[in-house]
Amino acid sequence: MTQRILTERMEAHRADSHTFERYEATGGYTALRKGLLEMGAEKIAGEVKASNIRGRGGANFPAGVKWGFLGPARPAYLVINGDESEPGTFKDRQLLERDPHQLVEGVILTSFSLGVHHAFIYIRGEYPKPARRLQRAVDAAYAKGYLGGDILGSGFDLDVTVHLGAGAYICGEESALLNSLEGKRGEPRLKPPFPAVEGLYAKPTIVNNIETISNIPWIVNNGGLAYASIGPEKSAGTRMLSLSGHVNNPGNYEIVMGMSWRELIYNIGGGIPGGRELKAWIPGGSSAPWFVPEHHLDTPVTIDDVGDRGSMLGSGAVIVMDDSTDVIAAAHRIVRFYEHESCGQCTPCREGTSWLERIFNRILTGRGRPEDIDLLLDVSDGISPGLAWPPVMTTICPLGPSATAPVVSLMQYFRDEVEARIAAEVVHG
Amino acid sequence: MKEVTPSPVELDAIADWSDDSRRLAAEILGKYPDRRSAVMPLLYVSMIENGYVSPEGMKAVGLLTGLTGAQVQAVASFYTMYKREAVGEYLVSVCTSISCFLADADDVLAAVEDETGVPDGETGGDGKFTVEHIECNGGCGGAPVVLVNYEMVEGVTPEKARELVRWLRDGGPEVISTDEMQQLFGGRRSFDWAVKEPEGSFLPVPAFGPYGSAREVK
Repeated sequence: MTQRILTERMEAHRADSHTFERYEATGGYTALRKGLLEMGAEKIAGEVKASNIRGRGGANFPAGVKWGFLGPARPAYLVINGDESEPGTFKDRQLLERDPHQLVEGVILTSFSLGVHHAFIYIRGEYPKPARRLQRAVDAAYAKGYLGGDILGSGFDLDVTVHLGAGAYICGEESALLNSLEGKRGEPRLKPPFPAVEGLYAKPTIVNNIETISNIPWIVNNGGLAYASIGPEKSAGTRMLSLSGHVNNPGNYEIVMGMSWRELIYNIGGGIPGGRELKAWIPGGSSAPWFVPEHHLDTPVTIDDVGDRGSMLGSGAVIVMDDSTDVIAAAHRIVRFYEHESCGQCTPCREGTSWLERIFNRILTGRGRPEDIDLLLDVSDGISPGLAWPPVMTTICPLGPSATAPVVSLMQYFRDEVEARIAAEVVHG
Repeated sequence: MKEVTPSPVELDAIADWSDDSRRLAAEILGKYPDRRSAVMPLLYVSMIENGYVSPEGMKAVGLLTGLTGAQVQAVASFYTMYKREAVGEYLVSVCTSISCFLADADDVLAAVEDETGVPDGETGGDGKFTVEHIECNGGCGGAPVVLVNYEMVEGVTPEKARELVRWLRDGGPEVISTDEMQQLFGGRRSFDWAVKEPEGSFLPVPAFGPYGSAREVK
């Protein structure tokens, strides 16, 4: 089932959905008036809580509950996480390029509700075009008096700063993002204290994903209950899924959760190209354990159904692999990503990801040893003891454990391929 | 936003910067409640000035933000987009992360290396090209993707990648536009891009308005 909340305007007005004129002509900034002039801060927060919207950045934490944790100290800050870097994920890029005002309106409403007077939007450095679109939207909002002082005569002041990252996946982790925004190395912080209590400049800070906040204008206009009534109870609302890999129709799809993976991959994704067979897929970004057709095609696409089966819907990135895929090379490619992106603070992650990469490399270059399978699992166990899901943490953040997911999935479903490769001493490629 | 007037000491630190960059520095400092937060955008401005993050650039950024050169270097060295050695006129980055890998991005990287004559991770002797493989850049729906000076083109085949390199070498475009490259060398895209973007990059710095590196495409 599809229902458009976030993508309605960009689908209906392909040429100019990103402009201020089109945004206002299609109902944009009406929620701002309603929120600031009629509802007030507490009522907005109440509607967001009632909507049951769960954060779309990967952790799926209920946004309304998160807002409720905001500590009493002031000033407080709102930081929008647009560091979209989880391999397979490209939804926020589309929301920024095609409907930046939707985000800006969400930022103003959220800031007003939280009592925040300075919001930051952190965009990954490799997104200059989306950042340009967003900056123009912010400039237009200032010019129209929707940002700056005494917005719409409400007495509410808000400044928005667009901040560009510089190429570090780890800055998608919210406390690393805050360090980065403070002009430091993007290293995750020990928690507690959580950002809601001590965040940016050690002040109470709410960090929300771009997609999450882009939903706020609709929720304010239509009510939290209307949003909560879309889709399954615990996976309310629509959800942007990014499909990539071996599907006929890759792209972003705004879906109502609850459909099966079969429907998503074969109907929405158009099936596997070239008449090939599905071998495996990653349901929620490269950090997520893999799913396979024998067990998971009829699993519903919801946060909890995916979680109950040992993986996660994460950032909504679905990566599909057909039967021609060298799954050992694919697992290596994912491990290599985490090895490159490890910030180096915690020994299990820094050393572990590096060892995993080297052992995979050995196998792929025909120098694998039979004991390498156990060694890969042992190193993974050193990063995340017990190899459970959700992972046990020995590290400050989940990056290290993320690198173990492809290793565990590979051995769980394709161990025979790994054994055969090691025995054959074949050089990859 | 508040206007920030840099002090005489700070102005001295960036005396050799262009008027545009000095104006930008003041604008950037006004965007944050704490000066230290300006380190990252100012490092980009220093790259515009020097072509890379030079020791002098880091010192200047330190003086503007109240940090030591070592503190600035600690930040600069953390992020892959701050290049601490001179890069070529065109920085060609090929994504080889999982979704692009599944779309044979390794062949695209090999084609770029071969056509430029520059191996992955290096800069050619004539200073024209720097070639690098990069991790996921959010173009997974249009994989494989290539970036030139951080402007993305999606759905690139090895042959189109060679054409792209020849176009850069022989045509020498001043401003790199993602839409122009997509039209000439691109294939499948992650999503409909709608209207063309008027601006592009002219340096290996992300062409983002407030950093002053975005230029109108002629």
